[in-house]
Amino acid sequence: MPLPTKDILGILADNLNQRKSVLPISSAAATRWAKGLDLPKGGKTVLYTGHLYQLIPIIDAMSGQMAKFEDSALTKYFGLGRNVNKFINMTFFMGMMASKDEQKDYDRMLRNIALLLKKADVDFGYLYGEELYSGALVYDEGVDGSFAKHAQRVADMFKKNGVEKIITVDPHTTHTLRTVFPEFVKGFDIEVKSYLEVLAESGIEPTNQITDDLSLHDSCVYARHENVVEQPRALLAKTGAKVNEPRLCGKNTHCCGGPLESLFPSESHRIAGNRVEQLKEAGGSIATMCPICLVSLRKAAKGSVKVNDLSDTLAKAYGV
Amino acid sequence: MSRVSSKMALAVKCSDTFNADACMHCGVCTAVCPMGIEMLPRKLFRYVQIGLEDKVKENISTIYSCLLCGMCAENCPAEVNIADNVRFLRKYINENEFNLS
Ligand code: SF4
Ligand code: SF4
Repeated sequence: MPLPTKDILGILADNLNQRKSVLPISSAAATRWAKGLDLPKGGKTVLYTGHLYQLIPIIDAMSGQMAKFEDSALTKYFGLGRNVNKFINMTFFMGMMASKDEQKDYDRMLRNIALLLKKADVDFGYLYGEELYSGALVYDEGVDGSFAKHAQRVADMFKKNGVEKIITVDPHTTHTLRTVFPEFVKGFDIEVKSYLEVLAESGIEPTNQITDDLSLHDSCVYARHENVVEQPRALLAKTGAKVNEPRLCGKNTHCCGGPLESLFPSESHRIAGNRVEQLKEAGGSIATMCPICLVSLRKAAKGSVKVNDLSDTLAKAYGV
Repeated sequence: MSRVSSKMALAVKCSDTFNADACMHCGVCTAVCPMGIEMLPRKLFRYVQIGLEDKVKENISTIYSCLLCGMCAENCPAEVNIADNVRFLRKYINENEFNLS
C-alpha cells in the first residue's frame, strides 16, 4: 500500500493551521544559523529564509521513517498519527532525531548567503524568531484554504515590520512569495528577489580564483518559473570554476525528485537517481541551488559523487 | 458505466485555473515527463472536462505523483499549463474527497 495521501496531507495542513508551519520547528532551530553574524533585526530589506534549509535535516530524519512505512501494513496508522499530531507536535520529536552534523551543514549554507550579501554591500536585516514558513508545500498539494490563510499571516508579518524588499534563499520560497502570494493576498506588492539575483546585480567581484569542476543542476522552479538561469552562471563565470552543463539544463532541467519525498518516497528516489546519472555524465562535482535538490541528489548519489550547495562554492571564491 | 458528475464539470467550467482545451494530443508532455505520467493531460484532463468523476478518482495517485516540475508545459506546443491543472485537481479532490481545505 502506498503512503496514505489523505492523512499525510491532513497532518501538514493541521500543522500549518495550528502551528503556522507544515513541520513546526523551534525558534532556536530556525535562527541558530544567524548566531554571531550581528544581523540587524528587521529593516526595509530583509533576508527571508522561509525555514527550508533549516527543515531539511528534520525532513531527512522523518523521510527515513516514512520510507519504512511505504508498502507496509503500518500505513493504516497514519490516520491515528494525524489525530495524535493534533495534540502533540510530532515534528518536535523528529527534530530531536535530526543529525547535528547535518544541521550544522545546512546552517553554514545560510551563513554563506548572508555573508555573501554583506560582502556585496547589501543593506539587510533578518526577522529572527518572527519569521514564518512560506506555506509552499501546502500550496503545491492544493490545500488552498489553509494556504490562503497562512499566506495572509506571512504577509501581515512583513507588513508589521515595514518590509519593502525581501531577499530569498531558495527557489520554492522565491516562487511562493513572488508569483503565488500576489494571487492569494490582496495588495501584496513587496519586491522579492533571490540572493542569486541580488548578488548578480550587485557587481560583486571574487577575491580568489578557484579550480572547481562543477556539474550544475538547475532547479525546475528557479529555471522554469522564476527565470533564474543566467545569474548563477554569471557569478560562477568570474571565479575561474569550470562549469559543465548536463544534457538537460536551464529551462529544460530535469527535476531532482524531491517534491515527491513526502508521499511517494521510492518514486522520488528513482527520479533522483536518474538525475544523478545525467549530472555525472557532465562531469565534476554536483552543485545545487535548492536545499531540496541538495538532499535528494545527495541521497541518490550515495557518495559516488560530491553534491554541494552553490553557496559553498561562491563563499570560497568571493572570500567570505 | 461511468457516472457523470455535473459538480465537477461545473467546477472546471467556472475555474480560471483549469484549462486544457488547447491540448492537441501530441504526446510531447508524456515523452518529456520524468515520471512518465501518461494519463495527464491527454486522458485525465479529458475525463475532468466531461465530468467523469469516477475515472478521475481512479487516478488519484497519479494526480498526487506529479512533481509539478513543469517540464511538460515547457515543451507543450499548445502552451497548456499542465502543473496548474494538476493543482486544480488536487484542490478539487482535497475538498471533495479528503475533506481538506
Ligand atoms: S504536450 Fe500539450 S498539446 Fe501535447 S498532449 Fe501534452 S498537453 Fe496536449
Ligand atoms: S509537471 Fe508533472 S506531468 Fe509535467 S513533466 Fe513534471 S511530473 Fe510530469
